[in-house]
Amino acid sequence: MRVMAAGLLALALAGAAWAGSRAPVLDAPRGEKCVEDAATMRRSHMDFLRHQRDETVHRGIRGARHSLAGCVECHANAKDGAVLGSPSHFCQGCHAYAAVKLDCFECHASRTRAAQAGRQARSP
Amino acid sequence: MNPIDTSRRAFLGRTAAFAGVALAPGVLLYEFAAAREAGQEASAAVRWGMLVDTTRCASGCTACVDACNAEHGVPKASRPTDAQWIRKVELKDLRTGAVRSAPVMCQHCAEPPCVDVCPTGASFKRADGIVLVDRHTCIGCRYCMMACPYKARSFVHEPTTGQKTDTPRGKGCVESCNLCAHRVDRGEKPACVDACSAAGHRAIVFGDLNDPSSEIALRVRSVATSQLRADLRTDNGVRYQGL
Amino acid sequence: MAARPALAHSAPAWPTGPAPRGFTALAAAGAVVLALAVGAAHYMEERGHVVTGMGNEVVWGLPHVFAIFLIVAASGALNVASVGSVFGVAAYKRRAALSALLALALLVGGLLVLVLDLGRPERLVVAATHYNFRSIFAWNMILYNGFLAIVAGYVWVNLERRFASLATPVGILAFVWRIVLTTGTGSIFGFLVARQGYASGLVAPLFLAMSLAWGLAVFLLVQGALARWHGAPVPEAFRLRLRRLLGVFVATVAYLTAVLHLTNLYWAKQAAFERFILVDGTPYAFLFWAGWAGLGTAVPLVLVFHPRLRGPRATAMAALAVIAGAFAQLYVFIIGGQAFPLEIFPGYAASSDFRDGAIAPMSRAFRKRFWAWGD
Ligand code: HEC
Ligand code: HEC
Ligand code: HEC
Repeated sequence: MRVMAAGLLALALAGAAWAGSRAPVLDAPRGEKCVEDAATMRRSHMDFLRHQRDETVHRGIRGARHSLAGCVECHANAKDGAVLGSPSHFCQGCHAYAAVKLDCFECHASRTRAAQAGRQARSP
Repeated sequence: MNPIDTSRRAFLGRTAAFAGVALAPGVLLYEFAAAREAGQEASAAVRWGMLVDTTRCASGCTACVDACNAEHGVPKASRPTDAQWIRKVELKDLRTGAVRSAPVMCQHCAEPPCVDVCPTGASFKRADGIVLVDRHTCIGCRYCMMACPYKARSFVHEPTTGQKTDTPRGKGCVESCNLCAHRVDRGEKPACVDACSAAGHRAIVFGDLNDPSSEIALRVRSVATSQLRADLRTDNGVRYQGL
Repeated sequence: MAARPALAHSAPAWPTGPAPRGFTALAAAGAVVLALAVGAAHYMEERGHVVTGMGNEVVWGLPHVFAIFLIVAASGALNVASVGSVFGVAAYKRRAALSALLALALLVGGLLVLVLDLGRPERLVVAATHYNFRSIFAWNMILYNGFLAIVAGYVWVNLERRFASLATPVGILAFVWRIVLTTGTGSIFGFLVARQGYASGLVAPLFLAMSLAWGLAVFLLVQGALARWHGAPVPEAFRLRLRRLLGVFVATVAYLTAVLHLTNLYWAKQAAFERFILVDGTPYAFLFWAGWAGLGTAVPLVLVFHPRLRGPRATAMAALAVIAGAFAQLYVFIIGGQAFPLEIFPGYAASSDFRDGAIAPMSRAFRKRFWAWGD
């Protein structure tokens, strides 16, 4: 189902691109800077995440820079606190556009801690 | 929404996110006195364990189970396919008729059978004795569940919703009590332990079995405790008193 | 289902002749079953394992009954090839390729069931790249793949005249490998010390005997069916030899099963488990006595050793009965072994909302059966 939705999104985006618009407009992140510079992030965020995953799960290293939970806290939509849900949501938007499957959020919370607690979606 | 509250949370969130770059400020160190600093790994000098005092555990009380469900976003179990991280077992001594009550969860064995049988190495024991499933390499074969002597593990049979940030969980993998690794790493106790104290029973003691001065080590030395299925010599991190 | 396309594929390996009658029908039936299987697997993939009837106590269910049958029978289907190549008997040698192809098909079918039953089958590459060498499961993955490679090589050297001299050494390697393989399959259970139904050194030898009997039964059925399609009956002397062999294997399984249960009865702590399996567990006791002991053991022994029942039909019936008994035995062993409560608190009567001390339920067996059949 989700794959299909992603496929449709990709199609729609492709259609939009063909009609003249370019890459999707993504939710604006919180803060000034990312954990690395934006170009590095665009290129290598999957490697950072994969590395961090083993560091945290197996070695118990917490509060690390490349934490997936950290990405969500900064990149969530300001209203609903999520990184998935529409073509402008940060992770989904770009992934649907790039047609890269993103299954991490089958398990990982796609919303900020605040949104889960029913409070304001994202800290300003 | 309390503005002060919000900014404090933002501060903490940002600190956590940047802790690898900038050293955590003193406030943070003070607040989580026993926590490992960011970037520091779990230590093999520590062996986390729990002591369940069955003489204090109240029959019918499910505070620990409820707290666990809330902490990890695990729905209350009602069907054979629902996940069970911790359960209350009511016991009756077959000879004396004495009744006892005790929670049973992953026993965090030093020699865990689940780790031995796991084909991919997804079941593993962290340096500090916590037995975990790496859900990134678990293929869902369920051999660990066949091997576990305590029915401590559950397979996620359905798609999940409403996960908590600290407890990702999803369909097709095996999961179990993780001794609240995320809380322990922050210097807190597992949710069940706090809930049991809050309910006034104080039947679960959590601590470092390797630290001779810890309450749990003192208790294990001074009173008779037992391990479940001690005959299997799995050397459990969870001990029981009064069985 | 794996055995069915096998018929189709192995037909050309059989002595020449025009495409047999019914080939298309058979291929079509195979395709229907395959389509059902794909549909069922997809359904489970979407909804999760809730639709299977397995739970957190009976974690290995009917798919594993089928998978283990196919895997164990695969090793046994190689019997004929082994006798041909290892012991150099010509009548067997001529059928070595069929025997080996059947072994391949059965194993692939069994592995497919196992893989599709994984919680995350898409992570198969993880299984291929992360090995825990203490896990018997991981060894088995090496053993299964090795078996496929060696037996495929065996088929090749058997069909290529140029390599005729290699047939014997490769045959011997396949023979040794398949014994290790079945021992490994049995050990998956035999090393589960936590469960009363499994922890026993006798499980591995029992699996070996089962593989000999079940594999031969499958071979006899396929050989008989092929012979009918081609209108060229299997030479009587050869069939009777295999038939007798089947009888000996079935008797061996019966003997080892009896020893397993008797040794269990000897230890007092196992008595409750034996009572469950042999006397009052539903449906396990019934399946054990009526399914395995009656249909799967007594009936084929009579069919095989009764002097008046020498025809091909009686042989086929015996083989069918052995296979039916095999499923009953595996059901009792795999599912019965998990349904019996784990003894976590010796000396106490335990109860909980996770059925401590109680028999584990099995639900919605129908859908599960449907699914397992598909594969
Ligand atoms: C402290 C808040 C913060 C955290 C934590 C954070 N980001 Fe960012 N991220 C930003 C900001 C701000 C930008 C845009 C600024 C820039 O261009 O440098 C950005 C930019 C990006 C970009 C480039 C976007 C584009 O439009 O090209 C990617 C990709 C990205 N982040 C991924 C991640 C991932 C993956 C993580 C988790 C490992 C993460 N970020 C963690 C704040 C954060
Ligand atoms: C089957 C469930 C599951 C899936 C799918 C999954 N994870 Fe995880 N992940 C977990 C669990 C469980 C943890 C341990 C959480 C803890 O102890 O805090 C974790 C922890 C992590 C961590 C360390 C904690 C953090 O927030 O930084 C990272 C990084 C991570 N996963 C990355 C990923 C990435 C990237 C993907 C997708 C490619 C992914 N995970 C998919 C279950 C999953
Ligand atoms: C600017 C576009 C962009 C954004 C924003 C983005 N990604 Fe990606 N991501 C990609 C691309 C492109 C790939 C594939 C790269 C490749 O395969 O070389 C990818 C790959 C990944 C992978 C590896 C997937 C796999 O199956 O190997 C993970 C994990 C991932 N991204 C996580 C995230 C997360 C989490 C976020 C949100 C915090 C995010 N990405 C935001 C573009 C993006």
